[in-house]
Amino acid sequence: MEPAMKTTPTQNWDTNVVLSVEHLTMRFGGLLAVNDLSFNVGRGDITALIGPNGAGKTTVFNCVTGFYKPTEGRIVMRHGKGFQSEKIEALTRTGRQFNDDGDDRVFLLERMPDFEISKRAKVARTFQNIRLFGGMTALENLLVAQHNPLMLASMMTIGGIFNLPGYKKARAEAIDFAAYWLEKTGLIERADDPAADLPYGDQRRLEIARAMCTRPHLLCLDEPAAGLNPRESTELNNLLQYIRKDHGTSILLIEHDMGVVMEISDHVVVLDYGEKISDGSADQVKNDPRVISAYLGVDEDEVAAVEAMIEMPPSERTPIPAKPAASKAKKKPGKNGKGGKS
Amino acid sequence: MEYFLQQLINGLTLGSIYGLIAIGYTMVYGIIGMINFAHGDIFMVGSFIALATFLALIALGISALPLILFITLLVSMLFTSAWGWTVERLAYRPLRGSFRLAPLITAIGMSIVLQNFVQITQGARVKPLPPQIQGGVTLIEGVTENGTIAVQLSYMQMIIIFTTLALMIGFSLLISKTSLGRSQRACEQDQKMAALLGVNVDRTISLTFVMGAALAAVAGFMFLLLYGVIDFYIGFLAGVKAFTAAVLGGIGSLPGAMLGGLLIGLIEVFWSGYFSVEYKDVAAFSILVIVLIFMPSGLLGKPEVEKV
Amino acid sequence: MAAAPNSGLMADSVKDAAIAALLVAVLGFFFFALRTDIGTGGLDLTYRWGMWFTAIAIVFAGRLLLNLFVFKTAKPVTSGITITVPAALTTVVGRFLGPVLLLMAVGLPFIVMVLFPDRDRQFIDLAILIMTYVMLGWGLNIVVGLAGLLDLGYVAFYAVGAYSFALMAQYLNIGFWTALPLAGLLAATWGIILGFPVLRLRGDYLAIVTLAFGEIIRVVLLNWYDFTGGPDGISGIPKPSFFGLDFSRTGGFAEYFGLDYSTIHRFIYLYYIILALALITNFVTLRLRKLPIGRAWEALREDEIACRSLGINTTNTKLTAFSIGAMFAGFAGSFFATRQGFISPESFTFLESAIILAIVVLGGLGSQIGVVIASVVMIGGIELLRNLGFLKEVFGPDFEPTQYRMLIFGLAMVLIMVWKPRGIISSRNPSAVYKERKKISSDMVAQGEGH
Repeated sequence: MEPAMKTTPTQNWDTNVVLSVEHLTMRFGGLLAVNDLSFNVGRGDITALIGPNGAGKTTVFNCVTGFYKPTEGRIVMRHGKGFQSEKIEALTRTGRQFNDDGDDRVFLLERMPDFEISKRAKVARTFQNIRLFGGMTALENLLVAQHNPLMLASMMTIGGIFNLPGYKKARAEAIDFAAYWLEKTGLIERADDPAADLPYGDQRRLEIARAMCTRPHLLCLDEPAAGLNPRESTELNNLLQYIRKDHGTSILLIEHDMGVVMEISDHVVVLDYGEKISDGSADQVKNDPRVISAYLGVDEDEVAAVEAMIEMPPSERTPIPAKPAASKAKKKPGKNGKGGKS
Repeated sequence: MEYFLQQLINGLTLGSIYGLIAIGYTMVYGIIGMINFAHGDIFMVGSFIALATFLALIALGISALPLILFITLLVSMLFTSAWGWTVERLAYRPLRGSFRLAPLITAIGMSIVLQNFVQITQGARVKPLPPQIQGGVTLIEGVTENGTIAVQLSYMQMIIIFTTLALMIGFSLLISKTSLGRSQRACEQDQKMAALLGVNVDRTISLTFVMGAALAAVAGFMFLLLYGVIDFYIGFLAGVKAFTAAVLGGIGSLPGAMLGGLLIGLIEVFWSGYFSVEYKDVAAFSILVIVLIFMPSGLLGKPEVEKV
Repeated sequence: MAAAPNSGLMADSVKDAAIAALLVAVLGFFFFALRTDIGTGGLDLTYRWGMWFTAIAIVFAGRLLLNLFVFKTAKPVTSGITITVPAALTTVVGRFLGPVLLLMAVGLPFIVMVLFPDRDRQFIDLAILIMTYVMLGWGLNIVVGLAGLLDLGYVAFYAVGAYSFALMAQYLNIGFWTALPLAGLLAATWGIILGFPVLRLRGDYLAIVTLAFGEIIRVVLLNWYDFTGGPDGISGIPKPSFFGLDFSRTGGFAEYFGLDYSTIHRFIYLYYIILALALITNFVTLRLRKLPIGRAWEALREDEIACRSLGINTTNTKLTAFSIGAMFAGFAGSFFATRQGFISPESFTFLESAIILAIVVLGGLGSQIGVVIASVVMIGGIELLRNLGFLKEVFGPDFEPTQYRMLIFGLAMVLIMVWKPRGIISSRNPSAVYKERKKISSDMVAQGEGH
């Protein structure tokens, strides 16, 4: 809690937290990909994780969803309301993965294997390079996502082999649920087509629909707007708003398209070189000088000025006016100049 | 102690042969990502060619043994290379870019074809060749309660170990210094890109098979000299062991293949020497399983980072 | 005017054929022209120049003809015989092929007895053999075709099944019908024991480890002389009874039903046992495909990482595929033991695994009908080659046609794969349908990890 960072200390993501990443560090051999990163994701918020290429965003995602085991740090997922500090501390001491609290469980994601995170902690994700089951139909893709409940309904396959009524009913419901999401993503006409046959934009939406079919509390989207045309981008915005409003699913997304980020995000966290450089509402973040310098780069002679300012307490800073993206000398090489609305 | 040293020498000799075959597996796997199941049988073909050449040279009246050995080595390398080239051209090239199980099946098919071709043309009975190179040096002589025990390094073993060493050095230089080696490494990384940059991918892959076959021929010749008996079926077990060696060392890595070969040879010989001859194969395969479980990319292989 | 391109064609073709002939001359020199044989006082070298020249000439002529009429010409003679099957017909065939084959399979012993009264035993025996491979292919199809796990040691579970029954019969005096489920269970248990440590390995590593396990089991069977009889194998394995009735000359099946005793009864009975076992395998596989577990297998073949992100325990999912596949191999193995009455490690070599895998891949991964077609073609094909005795009259008494069986088998494997890399039947049927069932082309279907 560093209230000095924020203009108003009672933001949703400070009090009503669904996911908190605490002092996360991830090392690959000698490479420090994420360094002591902490941030919260508010329940019901759309939170964007942004930063230049190679800032460590996808690594954070992979840690949250269990594909990487963090070198250090704690990642807490809450199904119940509030911060629940005491419960979490108690759980941390036990060495268990989650507590038995009915619907109000807390989960220590860094201790859980990847599939358990989706199955129990209810964190779903999509991938930067789409990972659909290409040879299976759109409908089948969404049925695979409902594997665990269907597996229970088929009594671990035994009831399914004999086609018992309990399984038949569950199967019909699963198809209905899949159809619901196909409807919502505008893919119902393509339900029986193989996923690899769909156009790119449809594949992106199908992947979101598939993630939603696991009935997640938190949906993590890795660059959902990448490669979409403007119309598809707008549709995506609407879809995400719908998921958040009507399903109460919190959303954490990585995005490069600032249009998307600024329009729909309640909360933006900015990473650069594996560290958090800014955290706040979209408006706060886009006026943060460190964000501007990280994103746009600054002229050589301004580097010192900017660095000096970064050392200052935030209250004494004055925003540097945004430079056009075409600024010639970059402070750090290898950054993309996407500035979007700044 | 003497017994141990003797086994060590025997193990290194056998391991050199496995290592030479393993290089063929590892290079092919590195460049086109397939298990060339027919490679063990190329080794067998090599040993048959060597045998026929050897006998033909004697029949021609050449009596200088070093000369015979040298010519036999060259001839078997050359002719076995042609077999390696042909197998690639017929069974693998038409399937380039196809899905990965297809070339595996043609490889198994090719292996069956080679075994049966040799069986039909050369007969199913074993071919014994009396030891040609005799004698050796006694390194250590020790006394035990059962009498004296000597650690022998035979000339045969010397030839095998030194030839392998020389080939390995020459080969490493070929891969690291020449443009062929560069093309090969480029194809390993990205065939399409290599082709766009003017590397003749088909030719590079063909040459990889040719080199692998040439080394297998050397191994085949040495196997013939060392054991003095070959048949059409020796390729299978030697091939599986050598592939095991390549995987053990980390597939795609040349030093790894050699190291893996030596290790498999040592494991086999020591297991036979100290425990039981019958279960030497079980020992080699068990080590493979254990290594793969705890080090999935082998001893010298690059660890595979799971891309998400 | 037509002469110019023709002479070009001729020159091209001759040149190409000459290269092919030269290659054969090089490759065949040490195999056709020279032959080593054990003689007095060591190895004798014999020269067979005639054979070498014949081989070269045959390849030259063959290649030249192929070049002139197929490969190089603008109008290949084969273009006329491309079979174009109307789409409507293929769907009709697709729909009825299964039922028709099933009917044929059920009636087969009687059809054979009517059509070939003097060779019925031989043909029913062949049908039993083919059906065994169909069953093994269907079992392996679960592992390789559905779950995308490359298993090169499938024969290990076949051996476990066969030896379980044989040993149970030998030491515990247990009959076939009691031993059958136990053998399947044992094989499945072995599937789990072997699968658990290795299933996290990727594609080709998994392949080599399964191959190693297959060899380990064979070597143990070969050397554990006191228990398994080692290379001598186990003989005197009991035949299955028909509800307690034996197929013996007196007091058995024939007498009970008032039939004339004939050995064919037992063959027909064995045929129906393997047919039933195979159909159970098929039924279970088809059902499983439509259940969450089967869909998870296929999803695993498509993308393992995506599976994990959807909460699927991939280790358990792989283990179920592995052990269910092993179970069916176990059933098939104990059937094999009872049919042969004798088993030895010889029957469970890597070649057997390779043949089963070839059947699955040649048939088209994941396709049940494909496995049937491939088994009939490959296994039926090699067995038919046994009947080429008449060639002896053409090539002289030294000519032994049966020794060419495996050579032709290997060539067929290569040729079929080059011709149809995706297998004979290569489209996928979706496991669930919203509105309209559409076949999925194999280009989209993944082949499993590590490719």
